[in-house]
Amino acid sequence: MSSLVSKNTLFKNGRVVDPANQRDAIGDVLVLAGVVAPQGAAVPADTAVVDCTGLLVTPGLIDLHVHLREPGQSAKETIASGARAAAAGGFTTVVCMPNTSPSIDSASVVSWVLEKARAEASVRVLATGALSKGIAGEEMAPIGALKKAGVVALTDDGRCIQNHELMRRALEYAKMFGLVVMDHCQDYSLVGKGVMHEGYWSTVLGLPGWPAAGEELIVQRNALLAELTGTPIHCQHLSAAGSVRVLREARARGVALSGEVCPHHIALTDASLQGYDTNFKMNPPLRSQEHVEALLEGIADGTITILASDHAPHCGFEKEVEFDQAPFGILGLETEVGLFLDILVHKRKVIDLKRFVEMYTVNPARLLGLNAGTLSPGVPADITVLDPGMEWTVDRDTSFSLSRNTPFHGWELKGRAVHTVVGGKTVWKL
Amino acid sequence: MSFSSDESPASLLVPTPTRWTRKDLTGLQDLSREELTLLLDTAAAFKTVGTRHIKKVPALRGKTLVNFFVEPSTRTRVSFELAAERLSADIINMSASGSSLTKGETLKDTALNLQALHADVIVLRHSSSGAAQFLAERLDASIVNAGDGAHEHPTQALLDAFTIRERKGGIQGLHVAIVGDILFSRVARSDIFALLKLGAKVTLVGPSTLVPAELSRLGVHLSHDLDALLPELDVINMLRVQHERQQKAYFPSLGEYTSLFGLTKARAARLRPDCLVMHPGPINRGVEIDSDVADSSRSVILEQVTNGLAVRMAVLYLCNAARSGEWL
Repeated sequence: MSSLVSKNTLFKNGRVVDPANQRDAIGDVLVLAGVVAPQGAAVPADTAVVDCTGLLVTPGLIDLHVHLREPGQSAKETIASGARAAAAGGFTTVVCMPNTSPSIDSASVVSWVLEKARAEASVRVLATGALSKGIAGEEMAPIGALKKAGVVALTDDGRCIQNHELMRRALEYAKMFGLVVMDHCQDYSLVGKGVMHEGYWSTVLGLPGWPAAGEELIVQRNALLAELTGTPIHCQHLSAAGSVRVLREARARGVALSGEVCPHHIALTDASLQGYDTNFKMNPPLRSQEHVEALLEGIADGTITILASDHAPHCGFEKEVEFDQAPFGILGLETEVGLFLDILVHKRKVIDLKRFVEMYTVNPARLLGLNAGTLSPGVPADITVLDPGMEWTVDRDTSFSLSRNTPFHGWELKGRAVHTVVGGKTVWKL
Repeated sequence: MSFSSDESPASLLVPTPTRWTRKDLTGLQDLSREELTLLLDTAAAFKTVGTRHIKKVPALRGKTLVNFFVEPSTRTRVSFELAAERLSADIINMSASGSSLTKGETLKDTALNLQALHADVIVLRHSSSGAAQFLAERLDASIVNAGDGAHEHPTQALLDAFTIRERKGGIQGLHVAIVGDILFSRVARSDIFALLKLGAKVTLVGPSTLVPAELSRLGVHLSHDLDALLPELDVINMLRVQHERQQKAYFPSLGEYTSLFGLTKARAARLRPDCLVMHPGPINRGVEIDSDVADSSRSVILEQVTNGLAVRMAVLYLCNAARSGEWL
């Protein structure tokens, strides 16, 4: 990793896309002493110049759904290695999930994570706190203490509170602190031991199916509870057509409900599971083509507002077991920009570059109330430079993650982040 | 390799080896009609061994076969064991409880250890779908699937096809009903793949909770009305009702199941006289099949068991030979 530290840098002649300021034009971005300078400010003599001709200069990308595995599972990933993978993927801010060991359900664990991030991470690592104690879905977590310790949202990600009363009260309580609740939408009784999408392929392969309704039901529950409580709910990693339908309807009525899509759910279908390769096993599972089409439609019409990875590293030996016994999840940080640009912008033309940038910057920043995702003068200079036309091949062996569990090894993609800057400092450059 | 004169090699019409190239048998879904026919022809040749004075041929002499049954089984394990004995293999029987799997060793590591002991063939029974394929991709040894989760049970379907072919003279054009818990049945899946490829018309019958509609994409017919089908069937294959499923509310009671889908005496009387009654065992007398019907002259349930031996001999022989190049 090169380290181009410069007090002042001029990102010159790129297409600057800053949706928060309605800026989309060829131009320059000047960084003075680590913060973004006003447009047209004088360029000091010793300023380093980065030629961005033909490239996109955007606010630093935000991935609000990653698993960095610390504390407790540092063989899979560490905050430091996950941050390096984030930087290489074009991300300047990542939001880590609390299903660690122990889970991030107390102020002390939040402090530990944030301190470790400050000391070791090359990008900004923000923490979420558990919504229920131990992510067990039985008692409310100490939400006030978590807020004080610095969490940016609450979630039981990986699990889902089944008790609607507890969910309702946790939402009401979270509202007092202005915290968003992010929910992994899964109804346990419908999903049972499901390990893949319930449909033709699960039937042929003899694997327990996870019906789309198992997600849709909880998205509908969340629509009702977001309306009842007024607390915003963000539905994570949506995979099912009915979820998009429910979300669209709720948003049209003004309910504070949002949703995200992960790249694997639009890049792959359940037909990929024919070889029982556990690198295609994630939760929620890969679904059939009609669900993929519904997600694309939801992205196109603005129902889905946020893109994220659900970066979920696992050790090789953990994944190299019988399919139903393998852990859920795949790597995402280094492939998500390429996959989404390739599929959403180039191949399927579902959104343009500006929308792509919005979904990774201003939208997640607004949801979580972050002072990020913009190139407004005076904000810390978190900047991503993208080459939307670059063709490259995914190589898991060069990943910065400690894990290798990606189904995309060898994929040829169009579009990649080439330069990542955090607070004016280059943290990664291709 | 050759037979001693006592074992009359001329009577073993061993098919041309080059037509079988698979070191493993993990399922029937990918097999061609030719491969299925080759397996059945080879089994027919091996069936004669069981009726001889000396019930043994040296096809696997000096080879080590591991019967690795991670999920409990009696009839399939015994059948494979006897098949391997008749082929003169050295045999090790392993169950999950007697292995290091209970100490947390992974399936892959356990299997690699078996291979390090020069196991030539591993017969695997496992509760996880895809387990046989998982090992086949990672080991040099031949892997024979003796049932993986709800996925496939290829030798059971081969013995079903063998029995039908022997009794009916062929399979093309026959109407076969598979009745019962299709959703969780690996036997049903393998039967479907084999019978469709061999030209049968296959109808799946059972409660709507246990007959997945998606399977119609494979080319099978679906029905919830057994009575309407009875007069047209050439073969009726009754699957075992898995009592443990009951608690999960797939149907209200065993009594209701029997009244809708059991092969009762009254239903059996409406079958054509030459319709074969099959069951993969173990049978629940009085639940999916009436006790007298199970023992009636058109029941071929015990013939299936006998034919299972020949089929498993054929599978073990062909997979080992494809791997080692040692053909009879």
